[in-house]
Amino acid sequence: MTSIQSRSLALLACVAGLALAGCASKPAGLYYWGDYQKQVYAELRSESGGGPEQIIALEKTVQQARSQSKPLPPGFHANLGLLYLGQGKIDQVVQEFETEKALFPEGASFMDFLLRKIKGEQKS
Amino acid sequence: MNLSSLLKWAGVALLALLASGCATRQPYDYSAFRRAQPKSILVLPPVNKSPDILASNSLLAHMSMPLAEAGYYVFPVALVTRTFKENGLNSPDEMHAVSTAKLREIFGADAALYVEITEYGTSYAVIRSDTVVAAKARLLDLRSGETLWEGSARASSGEGQSNNNGLIGALVKAAIDQIVNTIGEKGHEIAGITSQRLLSPGPSGILVGPRSPEYGKDTGNRP
Repeated sequence: MTSIQSRSLALLACVAGLALAGCASKPAGLYYWGDYQKQVYAELRSESGGGPEQIIALEKTVQQARSQSKPLPPGFHANLGLLYLGQGKIDQVVQEFETEKALFPEGASFMDFLLRKIKGEQKS
Repeated sequence: MNLSSLLKWAGVALLALLASGCATRQPYDYSAFRRAQPKSILVLPPVNKSPDILASNSLLAHMSMPLAEAGYYVFPVALVTRTFKENGLNSPDEMHAVSTAKLREIFGADAALYVEITEYGTSYAVIRSDTVVAAKARLLDLRSGETLWEGSARASSGEGQSNNNGLIGALVKAAIDQIVNTIGEKGHEIAGITSQRLLSPGPSGILVGPRSPEYGKDTGNRP
């Protein structure tokens, strides 16, 4: 085999690998999901909209995301705020909604809508 | 044929494979999607046309992941559902009927995703019981009311399975599958696959969003 032939053989192997990898390659995710979707499903199914069990699970997911230095997905903090609302922990609700706003300005208008509602209800 | 001409032919064949991508389909018209450049997606609770009352919540709980990982802001689905209910809208049908202007006003979303579940559940067929989840989706721009994208997907527990236990074995397995699939969370598991297939970027799929590192790279179906 000449050196040109062996070089083109190597190139061919490279391209073949690329062609196969193209279909299967999965980039690492943008977010740490942990237990989030599972707890959302539990919240959606329960009459009360979720309780302490979901809070414990999601607080654990917060810790895990932190230890892996990965961001939490959009909606996570807002959803945690909703769970705190069910427990009457208004300060924590406000804190989570503000965190959601800071991390994802795309959701700011909805968070402001909810914050206005909570503050309105507190006054009345 | 000598080695170098063989290599040439193999090279041409591989280039054709690369150019055609993973699947050959009609090119999807993304012009409206590209123009709109939505940053955020409001996922509405799916309308369920299957007999299983769990279907809507089951699929809804899965749909944030593919869209967020594709690079979009996805509104928290439990909080969105609660907001609708507190405003007297209890069924997905009622939520889907809200005007795009009103949705835009309350949520401030760029686009909304309307999903209809066409199949959800386990059917007992003599040889094998399969759990199937199928859905179709439409992405609507809330600023213009324009349809940006439409797609559908289906997943089944029967994919890639084969029967080599003989007929009696298959019959017993079908009956057991039916029980396990019904009382267990098989439907929810399959709904996760349907959700990924329906909402992940790919040929004829949604485009990547602004939070994706792939956004703005002019390759294939991306904006």
